[in-house]
Amino acid sequence: MEEILKVLDIIKQADLKIEAGQRGTDREIKGGYCGDLLSDVMANAGKGDLWLTIQSHQNVVAVAVLRELAAIILVNGRLPEEETKNKAEAEGIPILCSNLPAYELAGRLHKMGIGGEGK
Amino acid sequence: MAHLTKTYPIKARDYLKAGEVSMEIHGLMKKIGFDSDLIRRVSICAYEAEMNVVMHGGDGVLNVEIGSESINLNVKDSGPGIEDIGLAMQEGFSTATEEARQMGFGAGMGLPNIKKNSDRLEIISDKGMGTEVRVGFTV
Repeated sequence: MEEILKVLDIIKQADLKIEAGQRGTDREIKGGYCGDLLSDVMANAGKGDLWLTIQSHQNVVAVAVLRELAAIILVNGRLPEEETKNKAEAEGIPILCSNLPAYELAGRLHKMGIGGEGK
Repeated sequence: MAHLTKTYPIKARDYLKAGEVSMEIHGLMKKIGFDSDLIRRVSICAYEAEMNVVMHGGDGVLNVEIGSESINLNVKDSGPGIEDIGLAMQEGFSTATEEARQMGFGAGMGLPNIKKNSDRLEIISDKGMGTEVRVGFTV
């Protein structure tokens, strides 16, 4: 049987810091997607994906809600804007932060068994 | 299921509220219990159409009709209009501002994404006339 990974499971394993949306951390992870163009993520991310991005403004939350993503991960040491945190709290979307660049973090997440085939 | 019609205002340049109309439609469809692929397609189209008004339009309205056989989105704005609709439909073409691009919008994927994810698309626009985008889905 395939192991089910939840957002909470990867926070420690991938050395992530949670900035908002704690109540969404029991969401199941189905895969991952990297992208900074919102329309590209809307079109190509899959339901239950972790989304790695450098975009930290409030509109990322709408994308995560609409595409039913598992969590948003801000890479390269970026931090969410205050309004982004408020929206994520309201919608229960976890926002996690990493000091690593997207490529390196995606590699580590892939090693944990999180694939990236998209929708 | 009874026919449900709702109209939402969309404010140009209001990036703080951008996406909220689409989120409401998404929530509504989930509550009714539509198929998840249909919800995905409608959400993508509603979001792209809403963002187009925020980015390019004057203020606008989004009207949604949810029925048991079809879902229709009608988005109308009082913006500058589209001079060349064929060009606007090309992936990668965008007239978005630098501000919008830095936020990850303006990739020139909005209308192509709507085309790909809808069953019917009609765009009525001309320079200086505003834009009306009609998007239809078969349930």
